[in-house]
Amino acid sequence: MRGLYTLFKKEIWRFWKVSFQTVAAPVMTALLYLLIFSHVLESHVQVYPGVSYTAFLIPGLAMMSLLQNSFANSSSSLIQSKVMGNIVFLLLTPLSYWEFFVAFLAAAVVRGLVVGLSVYLVALLWVDIPVTHPGLILAFAFLGSAMLGALGIIAGIWADKFDQLAAFQNFIIMPLTFLSGVFYSIHSLPPFWQKVSHLNPFFYMIDGFRYGFFGQGDISPSISLSIVAICFLALSWLTLQLLKRGYKLRG
Amino acid sequence: MPPAIQIDQVHKFFGKLHAVRGIDLTIEQGEFFALLGPNGAGKSTLINLLAGLLRPTSGTLSVMGHNVVDDYRAARRLLGVVPQELVFDPFFNVREMLRFQAGYFGRGPENDAWIDEILEGLGLTDKANTNMRALSGGMKRRALIGQALAHKPPVIVLDEPTAGVDVELRQMLWQFIKRLNKDGHTIILTTHYLEEAETLCSRVAMMKQGEIVALDSTRNLLDRFQSKQLKLKLDPNRLPEELLPLKRAEENGYVTLGITQTGEIEHVLTKLRSADITVKDLQLTEADLEDVFIEIVRGH
Ligand SMILES: Nc1ncnc2c1ncn2[C@@H]1O[C@H](COP(=O)(O)OP(=O)(O)OP(=O)(O)O)[C@@H](O)[C@H]1O
Ligand SMILES: [Mg+2]
Repeated sequence: MRGLYTLFKKEIWRFWKVSFQTVAAPVMTALLYLLIFSHVLESHVQVYPGVSYTAFLIPGLAMMSLLQNSFANSSSSLIQSKVMGNIVFLLLTPLSYWEFFVAFLAAAVVRGLVVGLSVYLVALLWVDIPVTHPGLILAFAFLGSAMLGALGIIAGIWADKFDQLAAFQNFIIMPLTFLSGVFYSIHSLPPFWQKVSHLNPFFYMIDGFRYGFFGQGDISPSISLSIVAICFLALSWLTLQLLKRGYKLRG
Repeated sequence: MPPAIQIDQVHKFFGKLHAVRGIDLTIEQGEFFALLGPNGAGKSTLINLLAGLLRPTSGTLSVMGHNVVDDYRAARRLLGVVPQELVFDPFFNVREMLRFQAGYFGRGPENDAWIDEILEGLGLTDKANTNMRALSGGMKRRALIGQALAHKPPVIVLDEPTAGVDVELRQMLWQFIKRLNKDGHTIILTTHYLEEAETLCSRVAMMKQGEIVALDSTRNLLDRFQSKQLKLKLDPNRLPEELLPLKRAEENGYVTLGITQTGEIEHVLTKLRSADITVKDLQLTEADLEDVFIEIVRGH
């Protein structure tokens, strides 16, 4: 257990030492989105009755930041130690692939939750939003960050260079987050694009998370929760297989 | 008592490249062992196979009786490896790194005294709180060695620990490592400084193109080969017919003859006298491991 705990602690410490970059910067970005979009759209758009557009935006932005930062934590840590070569210090240890997985995942969850919570708290300075189902909020926050943490491990293992990781981020993570309904309800889309959105697992995370606040959403939260949980389990299984085989880590 | 290292019929392919070709090797506990060979011989590959960084194409390896694949947790706990490449984690300082490394092996605060001992033994005490990034190359090498020792492993493998390291540290390092050996740790090292291997190691394996081409005690290796060289400055500078087979080299007006026993000098001198050649200078040198190495590597 101490081995796992040490790795977890190191991963936490690694992002905390540069928290200006890893926490403050993403919170700042989310706030800029909030200011700009709410300024432009506040008076034109109302997604749910009784919910202002700014309020609608906050859970989505918090979730988006949470997802991106969970992904960034595990993926950047892995790619850095691969490029620097110091990954050998981990590969030489008796840590099992399970411990490796749990430690990286847990640190990614912590980073995601810290950033998501910070976005939420700072946004509260502008608008107050209700908290209808705190249990759902926590469940989606936890599953979302864990899922992206696992995806980050996969990307970090797969990528050999920083630009490959950047491609993963720009061509997979970014489109999936932006097209998940952070800035709009998918009911505002034409039917075809609504269908396409249903194939995006990020949509369920955002929608379910938002449901936890307002008690209303595009889809039933239990369906969203099941889909997110299944995606998380599937990605975890894949990650564990890669780690067990030593894919790209042990030649 | 299981051997520190047991390697049976290990092969490793990198694609088509057959880097390790059926190595068998047993190293007993408490040995101070040298693994020598020219660049690309497969030394690091063999070490990485032991460490679990690479997987053997076939064959088995074990550390103190624990198979490095099936029983990797036990095997890795018993093994400390200093990698050949100079790698470091730029996020942390030396002491933090050593603590983390020990922690991965399940060691906690009770290990701090040992970490102080490592810092002391490697001359890193005053750099303990310096970020890894800010260390000089030689200092990074010391920290790298320290990381391999952090969990106090009974079997220690050093892959060229003295590359790029100054004389002072080399002596400090070997003193520290000798002490560990005296305390019962098994030491295995690779080096291209053969005099290091000769003075430190009791047994030597020489590798070439993925195979072990010589494996013996250092003493036996030195004795087995033409162990003495006779350097002569002659007037006139030529050798009589009968002595030509002994000739090894000729440079700077000196001709070098290889002989096995001191008694042969008499024979050489007699032949020279009867050919009317005067000996203007004479030096007798013992062959060292480097000569043996060159002989073996050239011979195969
Ligand atoms: N990961 C790898 N992929 C492909 N080939 C490799 C790999 N690692 C080593 N090799 C090849 O295997 C052979 C043995 O290399 P190795 O690093 O074991 O040599 P070495 O004896 O340690 O040499 P040196 O004294 O230069 O460190 C070389 O031909 C090398 O090019
Ligand atoms: Mg090598």
